[in-house]
Amino acid sequence: MIEAQALGLDPARATSGMRRLRQDRMAVGAAVVIVALALLAIFGPWLSPYSYDALDWRHLAVSPGLTASHWLGTDPLGRDLYVRSLYGLRLSLLIGVLATAVSVGIGVAWGAVAGYVGGRTDSWMMRTVDVLYALPYLFVVIILATVFGRGSIALLLIAIGAVGWLTMARVVRGQTLALKQREFIEAARATGLGTAAILLRHIVPNLAGTVAVYATLTIPELITYESFLSFLGLGVQEPLASLGSLINEGARQMLTAPWMLLVPAGFLIALLLCFNLLGDGLRDALDPTAR
Amino acid sequence: MLGYAVRRIAGTVPTLLILVTLSFFVIRLAPGGPFDQERALTPQVRANLDHLYGLDRPLGVQYLHYLDGLAHGDFGLSYKLRDESVSSLIAQGLPVSAMVGFAALVLAILLGVPLGICAALRRGGVVDYAVTGLATVAIALPTFVTGPLLALVFGLALCWLPVAGWQQGDPLYLILPALTLALPVCAAIARMMRGSLLETLGASFVRTARARGLGPWRVLLRHALRPALLPVVSYLGPAATYVFTGSLVVETVFALPGTGRFLVQGALDRDYTLVMGMIILYGALTLLLNLAADLVYGWLDPRVRND
Repeated sequence: MIEAQALGLDPARATSGMRRLRQDRMAVGAAVVIVALALLAIFGPWLSPYSYDALDWRHLAVSPGLTASHWLGTDPLGRDLYVRSLYGLRLSLLIGVLATAVSVGIGVAWGAVAGYVGGRTDSWMMRTVDVLYALPYLFVVIILATVFGRGSIALLLIAIGAVGWLTMARVVRGQTLALKQREFIEAARATGLGTAAILLRHIVPNLAGTVAVYATLTIPELITYESFLSFLGLGVQEPLASLGSLINEGARQMLTAPWMLLVPAGFLIALLLCFNLLGDGLRDALDPTAR
Repeated sequence: MLGYAVRRIAGTVPTLLILVTLSFFVIRLAPGGPFDQERALTPQVRANLDHLYGLDRPLGVQYLHYLDGLAHGDFGLSYKLRDESVSSLIAQGLPVSAMVGFAALVLAILLGVPLGICAALRRGGVVDYAVTGLATVAIALPTFVTGPLLALVFGLALCWLPVAGWQQGDPLYLILPALTLALPVCAAIARMMRGSLLETLGASFVRTARARGLGPWRVLLRHALRPALLPVVSYLGPAATYVFTGSLVVETVFALPGTGRFLVQGALDRDYTLVMGMIILYGALTLLLNLAADLVYGWLDPRVRND
């Protein structure tokens, strides 16, 4: 229970945080929509009779309608837009969440070590972060995408995740500096625990609240980057679809088939808005001092 | 102040050098040369091309040669657009990008500051909810989504504005790209303006001004507004950076002949010198704008200097 005093895992604070979050109707609504979208992305394509790359010659560029065979219309090749958008949603969510996991992993490790070890190690590690911060983020991703070639989802994932960890590292370091001063860390040190053990068992678990907030805010950011790269044609390649590449296609067809733009744009807007609202709600609930 | 300025400038130079070095070597790591095509070139042609672009020399020499060129404003020759040097491409595109970026920035300030003030003055009212709500939406949405949507509404549905393209000197073609780019910046400015004005209106010197019997407009304009604008001014540096890098997206969406288009096309074609030149250009712009913002901030707020 000694650890319980620290931020995030404090039972009283955590429950009051959860209560505050539950009272935040916007955040709860956003969470519900995110879960619904995720379920739709996972199971939706199975429940549809169409596949994402099947061409339907009898229904080329059909507009949406409830009575039509394709609810949300088709593209000029006769591919079902609903299924393609769900595949795009699936990919965007997958890359957003996995890339966030990569950046959380790097960011937490980097920030916690820098903050806990301190001294010259700290100043060098944070100098590195400062320099990387000054590099234009988007262009680093574009260089990586240029170099590693287009179309590889794994590399896209690493490229986006590898540049997304900087804010996390800064935030985690700040929290670690504060945690380091607490008695339970001193107690752990006094019992002869090594640096690695203290970091893993005492520092990192107590960062959970902060990390959850920033991870929720990182997901939409990284989804945006993925969609943007796909929008430019540097990300996912045909016939696979990402929300970004669908929006690009829709923007080119918007004179004749505006639904091709509106459907994927609607999915992306819903996704990004909900993640942002949930992140803001979490921040207000878990960390009332911010803002 | 001078010491602070020197420290900041000294901190920027190595970052720029790291950016150049990183992009040079990372791009050379790429598998496949720039001249790998479906139809193989004859060895003689290949050797001539390699010689023209200096690719037959050791990597270190190439790097030094590139740095030397950069120091003279020479970004090398484009691999794909054979008749152009990267510098001449930049010279063609930069005025367009700069014009769109500048228009967006001005638009964002002209819309964002008054909206923020209105929201702060009517705290908790309809205007406040509308402004803060719309700001949340505008910040969350990327420009490559809002751009096509705005083009669909104002260009195709209402037929008010041209959808895409660029006609020299016709400001109509500037409106949609600038608006798209301005939206998130405008939202951020409005949010920031609201926050800082609310804080200032609660300060004791404003209460004193009110107690002296000054009217609400005089209190706002003469006393509260100036200190409340400080954070917004300091945000202009990052905002300018955002706008210049964001022009990349808008140029793609609205088919504008700016520099961002070259970056995207270069990345798609694997035109390494072009990508490198663009990255260095944008990187240098980012760093310079951030530096300018830091210097202005240090000038406005002496506490920062002694950090």
